[in-house]
Amino acid sequence: MTINRNLGLGLAFVALALLYALPALAPRAVVQDLFGILTLLVLAMNWNMLAGFAGLVSVGQQAFVGIGAYAMFAAIILLGLDPLVGVLIGGVAAAVFAVPMAFFAFRLNGAYFAIGTWVVADIARLGISQWKALGGGTGTSLPKGTAKEMAFVDQIKAMLDVSSAAAADALTYWLMLSLAVAMLVASYVFLRSRMGLGLQAIRDNENAARSVGVDPVRLKALVFLLCAFGTGLCGALAFIQITRVTPDAAFSVIDWTAFVIFITVIGGIGTLPGPIIGVVVFYALQRLLADYGTIYLIVLGCLGIAVMLFARRGLWGMFTDRTGIDLLPLGHRPPQGGRVTSPTRRTA
Amino acid sequence: MMLIDTLAQGLLLGGLYALFAAGLSLVFGIMRLVNLAHGDLIILGAYLILTLATVTGLHPFVAVVLAAPLMFGLGWLLQTHLLNRVLGEDILPPLLVTFGLSVVIQNGLLSAFTADSRKLTAGPIEAASVDLGIVTLGVMPVLTFASAVAVVFALNRLFYRTALGRAFRATSDDQTTAQLMGIEPKRIFAMATGIALVVATIAALFLGTRANFDPSIGPARLLYAFEAVIIGGLGSLWGTLAGGIVIGMAQAVGASINPEWQILSGHIAFVIVLLLKPRGLFPRAND
Amino acid sequence: MSALLEIAGLTAHYGDFQALFGVDLTLEEGATVAIIGANGAGKTTLMRAVTGVARVSAGSVTLAGEPITRLAAPGILTRGIAMVPEGRRLFPSLTVEENLLIGAHARRGNGFWTLERVQALFPILKERRHSPGTALSGGQQQMVAIGRALMSNPRVLLCDELSLGLAPVVIKEIYAAFPQIKDSGTAIIVVEQDIGQALRVADHVHCMMEGRITLSGRPAELSRDAIHDAYFGVSHA
Repeated sequence: MTINRNLGLGLAFVALALLYALPALAPRAVVQDLFGILTLLVLAMNWNMLAGFAGLVSVGQQAFVGIGAYAMFAAIILLGLDPLVGVLIGGVAAAVFAVPMAFFAFRLNGAYFAIGTWVVADIARLGISQWKALGGGTGTSLPKGTAKEMAFVDQIKAMLDVSSAAAADALTYWLMLSLAVAMLVASYVFLRSRMGLGLQAIRDNENAARSVGVDPVRLKALVFLLCAFGTGLCGALAFIQITRVTPDAAFSVIDWTAFVIFITVIGGIGTLPGPIIGVVVFYALQRLLADYGTIYLIVLGCLGIAVMLFARRGLWGMFTDRTGIDLLPLGHRPPQGGRVTSPTRRTA
Repeated sequence: MMLIDTLAQGLLLGGLYALFAAGLSLVFGIMRLVNLAHGDLIILGAYLILTLATVTGLHPFVAVVLAAPLMFGLGWLLQTHLLNRVLGEDILPPLLVTFGLSVVIQNGLLSAFTADSRKLTAGPIEAASVDLGIVTLGVMPVLTFASAVAVVFALNRLFYRTALGRAFRATSDDQTTAQLMGIEPKRIFAMATGIALVVATIAALFLGTRANFDPSIGPARLLYAFEAVIIGGLGSLWGTLAGGIVIGMAQAVGASINPEWQILSGHIAFVIVLLLKPRGLFPRAND
Repeated sequence: MSALLEIAGLTAHYGDFQALFGVDLTLEEGATVAIIGANGAGKTTLMRAVTGVARVSAGSVTLAGEPITRLAAPGILTRGIAMVPEGRRLFPSLTVEENLLIGAHARRGNGFWTLERVQALFPILKERRHSPGTALSGGQQQMVAIGRALMSNPRVLLCDELSLGLAPVVIKEIYAAFPQIKDSGTAIIVVEQDIGQALRVADHVHCMMEGRITLSGRPAELSRDAIHDAYFGVSHA
């Protein structure tokens, strides 16, 4: 097992080094593709943290992506700030928005939390559509050349000997890759911390957790805010590359939440490597079914349903069950999920 | 005058939203299942009526009679083959399965019927109106509202005055003990989802005759339905009707100020009600 | 003639914990059997296993010659075994009358017990028929639970801990109905911690301890000391 783990860690470091070196090795199109994958990965890791570990099934993640994107656009267009500062502002704005959102959505129990977050995201979309300075319902574009004038682009351009546009792509790519790595490390450390173990205890049994001194609501609210921040950063960064924002695109439930849910579920909800596996499968499917349009989404939906029916912890869960290998063990297994009418009453 | 007219239109619109919501409310009341595909199932119902009306040449009001049993069967199959298998303590599997279903239905409709807007044509009745002196109301909106009241009344009778309704309530209270009475919860759930989809078909009829629809509009209907259920108080069918009316009126008032504010006003009314009364307007006593 | 209900070698688990170790028990047509034992002896698990609520890991249950071991709870009820569960478990959103009527949900043909006869057995249930079931006193709720089980016209009525949490005078009132239930031809198994009550009502008594039947016999044949030992497990030490 130790050999396996060391080998796994070694491979992971090599892969990570290769990923960082990619802009120097591969053509720009590959970098852009990977940027897209990493965006989904970061979103999936955030959603997995919420739904898989904190039991908060949010269908309103598009709110944070949209707010992050719009805050970044506002920072650039209205305040004339550097896009990188704008990204940071995007993350902060999403976290700030999460405060009233949590205050509201946490009043809704269990499953209704899902639709509650969806409503709030729709309110955010409709509200932003009224922001005329950023184009209202039709949206707006970044001023030409914004990305090329970002901080560090000139240095990267000189270092890699590429065009300004490619250098800007490399920068956003590195930032997204770093965000993904930071997210993974932070999740791992957090989940193994006292608070993280408390969170998993809540997921397994809220009352028991409360009796050993974990405050479920505060802990869940904290995770909700942190994940809003991460999702907001990710959304802002993604829209630097997209360069054009509209309320419908920035607050798209399909692009920013549905895909992310399927990625996490297929890869393995409630497991740390799940989103990584899921995003690889997602990308492969996207490539494979690119010519079939809507069929692709139907397949994805069916796959998600099948996973919930037959292998609740996804591909990664299946893998660890079969092999006993767990690269990022949390020392704690998620619940197997009860079926209808399982008798749980005390006997006399 | 303008205000009375707006409120009257809002009231009638609320009837449509109550129709969207009644099935959701019934299913949640019985099995604590939140069906994220409910909106898409309504749209599916609209396409089914459209197809039946086109193929047979029947009026949509007649085609709906053919569509209803088919939708009941679909609900029964969905529940027995899919949803019953994921119901349980853990809320995640049913949520994710119905979310997957929502995406599948939406894109299934998209590949079958394209993204073009469609409409159910009901003929001259669409333009007919009645003059009540202070306000003039369209016959179709009035019919929609009357149907909503009738549906809620019928569901309430079913729930509180029939053997099936008794079994619904008993199962919702305590599944294990219900089985000791010879009740099979899975059949009860299948029946409930079947009935919910019959109501969804009625909702689809009025949705489709009132305005254009396309495969993508399901989730928005889910949100209105959900808002009506929550505002009304979980498990109360009359509350669901009241909730639908609140959303309808808020939307009408918002739209009369600025057409872009219609949906937003409904959402905001929902948030305000929930902040003031977290358990909704008519909460059920023993929840 | 074979017995109405035959339980043979019944083994069941409660979670990872084995609660029954090969229990054998027979119930003749029209008889009343009492099962007594301390908390945790496995009495309720036995009832739950017979009615299909708890899973059976080994052994068999046969009703009038038909094996019913693997049937689910609704199937067992329709074949004629009804249970008054521990803690009564009335349906809170149903009225007293509806609680009785739901008992007839899967009723077998036309039997002796009807709403009128149940209401005659326990007149208070008619008087309070429109109250929510759970608004009644503990003893009255127990009457609803018994009436609800009778409404299915069972061949076998299982009563789990009828006297739990009730005052002696109320317990007496409830057991006063038993002769009439016996007269209707229903065979009865009562699970009791109240030994005195069990001995009075039963033709046959079984003591359970740690998932096994440790003593059986007619009430008259069993000495107080023997029961006491079987109940508390002294003589095996």
